[in-house]
Amino acid sequence: MDKLIEMLQQLVNGVSLGSIYALIALGYTMVYGVLRFINFAHGDIYMLGAYAGFLLAPIFAHTFKFGEFDTFTPQNTLFILSGAGLIMILSMAICAAIGVLIERIAYRPLRERPRLNVLITAIGVSLFLQNITQYRLGADPKAFPQLIPVHVVEGLGNLTILTSQLAIIIATIILLIILRFVVMKTKIGLAMRALSLNPTACSIMGVNNDVVISFTFALGSALAAAAGILVSMDSPSINPLMGNLPGIKAFVAAVLGGIGNIPGAALGGLIIGILETFVVAIGFPQWRDGIAFAVLIVILLFKPTGILGRVEREKV
Amino acid sequence: MSRSLLSLTFALLICASISFFGENFIASNFAYYYDILISIGVNIILATSLNLVNGYTGQFSLGHAGFMAIGAYASASWSNHLDPVIFGITGGSGNPIATNAAMFVSMFFAGILAAIAGFAVGVPSLRLKGDYLAIVTLGFGEIIRVAILNTDFLGASRGLSVAGTYTNLFWTFGSVVLCAYVVLSLVHSTYGRGFLTVRDDEVAAEAMGINTTKYKVVAFVVASFFAGVAGALYAHFKAFITPEGFNFFRSVDVVVIVILGGMGSTIGVAVAAVLLTILPEALRALAHTQFVPQAYQGLLENRLILYSLLLIVLMLTRPQGLFGDGTAFKKWFGRSRVN
Amino acid sequence: MSAKGAERMVKGRRYPLPDWIQVLLGVFGLLSFTIQTSPADVKIGAMTCLTGALSSFGVSSIQGAKLAIEEINAAGGTLGQPIQLIVEDNGSKAGETATITRKFISQDKVVAILGDLTSSATMEGAPLAQAAKIPLLTPSATNIAITKIGNYIFRSCFIDPFTGTIMAKFALDRLKAKQAIVMTDVKQDYSVGLTDAIRQYFTQNGAGILKTFSYSSGDTNFRTQLTAIRMARPDVIFLPGYYTEAALILRQARQLGITCPFVGGEGWDSPALVQVAGKAADGNYYTDHFSAADPDPRVQRFVQTYRAKFAVSPDALAALWYDGARLLSQAVKRAGSTDAAKIRDALAATRDFEGVTGRISIDENRNASKSGVILKIDNGEPTMVEQITP
Repeated sequence: MDKLIEMLQQLVNGVSLGSIYALIALGYTMVYGVLRFINFAHGDIYMLGAYAGFLLAPIFAHTFKFGEFDTFTPQNTLFILSGAGLIMILSMAICAAIGVLIERIAYRPLRERPRLNVLITAIGVSLFLQNITQYRLGADPKAFPQLIPVHVVEGLGNLTILTSQLAIIIATIILLIILRFVVMKTKIGLAMRALSLNPTACSIMGVNNDVVISFTFALGSALAAAAGILVSMDSPSINPLMGNLPGIKAFVAAVLGGIGNIPGAALGGLIIGILETFVVAIGFPQWRDGIAFAVLIVILLFKPTGILGRVEREKV
Repeated sequence: MSRSLLSLTFALLICASISFFGENFIASNFAYYYDILISIGVNIILATSLNLVNGYTGQFSLGHAGFMAIGAYASASWSNHLDPVIFGITGGSGNPIATNAAMFVSMFFAGILAAIAGFAVGVPSLRLKGDYLAIVTLGFGEIIRVAILNTDFLGASRGLSVAGTYTNLFWTFGSVVLCAYVVLSLVHSTYGRGFLTVRDDEVAAEAMGINTTKYKVVAFVVASFFAGVAGALYAHFKAFITPEGFNFFRSVDVVVIVILGGMGSTIGVAVAAVLLTILPEALRALAHTQFVPQAYQGLLENRLILYSLLLIVLMLTRPQGLFGDGTAFKKWFGRSRVN
Repeated sequence: MSAKGAERMVKGRRYPLPDWIQVLLGVFGLLSFTIQTSPADVKIGAMTCLTGALSSFGVSSIQGAKLAIEEINAAGGTLGQPIQLIVEDNGSKAGETATITRKFISQDKVVAILGDLTSSATMEGAPLAQAAKIPLLTPSATNIAITKIGNYIFRSCFIDPFTGTIMAKFALDRLKAKQAIVMTDVKQDYSVGLTDAIRQYFTQNGAGILKTFSYSSGDTNFRTQLTAIRMARPDVIFLPGYYTEAALILRQARQLGITCPFVGGEGWDSPALVQVAGKAADGNYYTDHFSAADPDPRVQRFVQTYRAKFAVSPDALAALWYDGARLLSQAVKRAGSTDAAKIRDALAATRDFEGVTGRISIDENRNASKSGVILKIDNGEPTMVEQITP
């Protein structure tokens, strides 16, 4: 029975980790879908989301009494959630704006150029974001303020799930539902899907490609920012380089699920999260980061289109 | 003997003489500049070899530091364990034949091992294109680094002390000359045609019956060999290596040089290597003078901020780098090397 | 291989570079040769990581050193002259320290070198200093291999085995621990060194290390290891890592219901530990070189002056480098000249130097023999529990 509980425990750990990867992977996959380009700087948007929360929280700390509650009670739950939610939404908005700005300044001028150029620019943007944050805010880890009380969820017996993990999972599900709605049921979502199929036909049909692309960047960046806030609620230590590894792992997740495929990204994220947790659980913590790369290599060798991806025919 | 082989021998002789006559003088009295010179040499080798892959063949590799690491650790372990054997043969470690033999063997071993690794990494990865290849090579670079970090007899996180600082001007610049010779020879041969074809239009190349994978792998293996040699030179100069010194940022350093120099121009890349090796030291000197207000000194010293801005600005304004594809150099040297 | 019938396309002597690039090249070229050093002063080179990932440590360290040198110069300097502290940054990158050391030796012609901060950086520079016979003193690098490089290499802090031993000794004697678990940061040499020392002391004295768990710097999620640790029910958990991960580990451990105390090393020393760990930090112990709460008047004077100048409280690194700089200057004074060999001998002869991190004597291995402190975190504040002298 103990073993079963422990396995369930690790599963929960894996799912909450995977949710973070899923949120970041969605940004990669959406941008790739419309632009056929991997936004190297995406992982750093996640980092900026965390820092946005770090800088915003003190402003609202008094109103929402961050850090003053010890546990969730039926009375204070709504209040706490609205405070945390506000920070998250503000941070998402800021990062969406940053994402659009980056696209406008660094990627749009290069749209007609060889893809290699824009990849290099993306690397430049990524390094710039990391180092300017390091320079202005310090390279040392900062303590992320406590937005929600973090404690073990009551009533689950021996199963230790934390409120922060639950928050991650629930928030991810909500965001995924919203995303699905936007992509499937709105006009701009339709435009995004059309753009990923054929950009030229799209503009012929009267779609303003630039606006749709900006919107895609905004959406992806907002999700990454949400991931940044959620993960910081769970592990309240942020540093300027925190986007590196999760960024790469999320990219692997996007490829695993089929790059360009939105449900694929979410699935890929979950799989990578669970795999990573189990690699550590069976006793190889030093290979935790390597497993993502190993998955990448295997997938690219055997099924480069990913689990849910479609084979793309290259026309010459 | 063909003319280029003659030039090679001549250049090697020059390196040998400079080293023979001037080495001790420079190393003792100008140790700082000596350090910069050797670093320049190492960076030129790294950059010109990467240029073969990124520039001429158009394959974006972000894992060059991984092969440098293999070269560095291979030569370090080799020297640490097998030097006594070599010294046994040459009669003691005091004489120059002994140290030079040790260095040569060590470098050769490093290059071969790195080349094997290049083959192992290249064959599966080079099927991929563009962004995927970049990430996979990045991944392999990290895997190599993590593997070293977890290997105790290579020092793991403690780092590895290297027995014998054999690197000198001859070996460094001799290797530079050799690397340039090999790269330029390849480029001006049918292999070079193959590389350029793969870069320009891979699908057309395949359609014409050219085995694109072969050319890609050849470029990759040659580049890895020299990255390994550069690693060996580095290890025997710094005398202490850690896995952290070969991380992604090191790869980025080399990539920036290649891009600045203009992908596809060996001389351009070499000049860029010189510039970007001197740049941090010049900035260091600048920081000590009074020209820059205190508030911005940190910005100057923060090399990566400058590099990242350089990358972005270059790509937006002058993607062919400072020297483009080298035609300007051809005009200057007054000779066209087109057959 | 190249065509015999080459065309000559000399259309005037046009340089292949745009003009502005040539100008820039010229400027940089000139500048890199205008390094000025004033002739007479006693020059000490200080190298540390002012930028890059370890910049917060580097900044602390150099602030401590600068404060010390300023105080000494205000009191008249050494050998009748002011000391010029030449500060160089290694950017938290491998390979830089070697270059800086060479610069100090050949360019700036320093009489002694203070640095580096980390063990791996010092391992790069020390062989060069030894070969050039310039004394090098590191105030904070703890790997034993460093001073073994040669007789010109010194250290003014205690070494990893000492830290590990006092951690283990404290757990055995004070906390009466019988069974312990060690969590090692396998990416950090420091952590691995401490783990070995702890394990050795514990087993030699009859107690048991149940198991060692590993993690890596940069990890943020330790629940997997902690879940297994919880099952093992140790009396104490050793955590000889850096505060970045330690803070998260403490938090997650308490969240998972692990109640036993943790014992850490000086890597815990940072205000961020309590900030990130919150209440989870309370009730745990760590060894350190120095405590800002130490009532000793010399320590308090240092704390006040540092706070007045830099607006923050000094941490252990600032204190160590303060002592290191003072120790080095005092050695120069005792040597009576800027002769490197005399300074080396004076350093080796240091006895009972009164520093803010304790009374320092340099032993026959050129390491520092000095006391350490054990701190306990109570209500978010580190309080001194005891001072341990070897």
